[in-house]
Amino acid sequence: MLNIDLIKGKLMNMNKVLTDTRPIRLKGRSFLALVLTPELPFEGWLARLDDLAARSAGFFLRRPIVLDVEGLDIDRSQLKELIGELGNRSVRVLGVDGARSSLLGADIPPALTGGREASDFEAPAETTVDADQGKPEAPAHDPEPQPVRTMPSIIISQPVRSGQSVVFPEGDVTIVGSVASGAEVVAGGSIHVYGTLRGRALAGSVGNSSARIFCSKLEAELLAIDGLYKTAEDLEPHLRGQAVQLWLEGDAIVAKTLN
Amino acid sequence: MAKIIVVTSGKGGVGKTTSTAALGAALAQRNEKTVVVDFDVGLRNLDLVMGAERRVVYDLVNVIQGDAKLPQALIRDKRLETLHLLPASQTRDKDNLTAEGVKRVMDELRKSFDWIICDSPAGIERGATLAMRHADIAVVVTNPEVSSVRDSDRIIGLLDAKTAKAERGERVEKHLLLTRYDANRAERGDMLKVDDVLEILSIPLLGIIPESMDVLRASNLGAPVTLADSRSAPALAYLDAARRLAGETVPITIPGERRGLFGKIFGRRAA
Repeated sequence: MLNIDLIKGKLMNMNKVLTDTRPIRLKGRSFLALVLTPELPFEGWLARLDDLAARSAGFFLRRPIVLDVEGLDIDRSQLKELIGELGNRSVRVLGVDGARSSLLGADIPPALTGGREASDFEAPAETTVDADQGKPEAPAHDPEPQPVRTMPSIIISQPVRSGQSVVFPEGDVTIVGSVASGAEVVAGGSIHVYGTLRGRALAGSVGNSSARIFCSKLEAELLAIDGLYKTAEDLEPHLRGQAVQLWLEGDAIVAKTLN
Repeated sequence: MAKIIVVTSGKGGVGKTTSTAALGAALAQRNEKTVVVDFDVGLRNLDLVMGAERRVVYDLVNVIQGDAKLPQALIRDKRLETLHLLPASQTRDKDNLTAEGVKRVMDELRKSFDWIICDSPAGIERGATLAMRHADIAVVVTNPEVSSVRDSDRIIGLLDAKTAKAERGERVEKHLLLTRYDANRAERGDMLKVDDVLEILSIPLLGIIPESMDVLRASNLGAPVTLADSRSAPALAYLDAARRLAGETVPITIPGERRGLFGKIFGRRAA
């Protein structure tokens, strides 16, 4: 099982004239989904699935299903066929986890990454035929990372060029180098730039209000934490060119120079 | 071992064609067999700057489409027999360039030339990506102003992602050529300073070409600036840049900084 982090909403088109100046809020939300891990050969696996479904009518009904195909040696047509077979059984797949990019396409559900394990679904027992059995618990809301769980992070040791975008919803992004004007860094956690931040930095993109942005020189075009943003024009002029950290206090982005 | 160089910038009008011609002629003057290839299909200009516009029979698109053989399309320079031009077509557009066709032409040029210099069109579309596709070295032409610098940054990102070398996991060698540099305006703050540009782009500097009437004069004459007047300031800067491309260590001077009081009195004529 896993939680799916979805970014809700999008940045609005900046070129349009704004009549309403309220900021657009970008939120992340976790949902609970059932993960199916198909095994080869699919015929046998589908037969076992049919057996499970026969024991519990409607077990897959209205449930978000994610297909975990990691490590499966299949091609795109096989994956499409499997999704079709599942569709015939009223199992609708909302995303694919662990797929190579060659497996994906417009006719395949989108790739999902960054799943975290949650407690297992109970498969229906043989005696009960109850549609409500095994209903997932209420969607986990803003799950706090467990102390034993390490926060994933990535380190990028070259400059992020104009037009490039680094997206890492799983956790922190550290960049050893500069982020150019017209480049974009989106992190689920905090963003650390050991260089000049000239582009955009969007921290806490999946709804993490404790995320921060750090940079050794601030020249950013846009800064956002947990969906609240500040453009270069809103920044206090004395912060320009300084080493700065930014965090969220309530609904306001607070910036302070480091050292 | 042949080297393919792409002269690129993203932004138009910064001096790609001028630099292609000047560097091509400078490398050919070292007695190394050089070809300059115009990738700006539909808006060709390299033939004019090279003074070969009246000798174009076949072009790159003809070779790619199999209407002509490569030797038929190559034009040998009248001043330097080591210098050649492969012109672009003016009547077609960039959709006539195919990935396989460009690869075939590049592979064939590699066999008979030491330096293959590709003049990229502006933009980041098909023409530009095909021009950089097979490059070993990229010369990123940048003017000291913000929009040019940002476009160059974008191009550097593409060089690291969309070239054949990048796809093989290797790196295209990238060099910055700062053109139209005016020391007085940089000092007044009307232009970005050399250090600012280098800090933003963080690639090594190949040379600084001063803004000069000599460049325009040479273009109108139909001669690469390094051939038109090899004693002029931009020509000297391009000749030094070519030596650096060939692997020599030549210290870089920022134009205008050497100029003493005497030079200031006589202004541009001394430069």
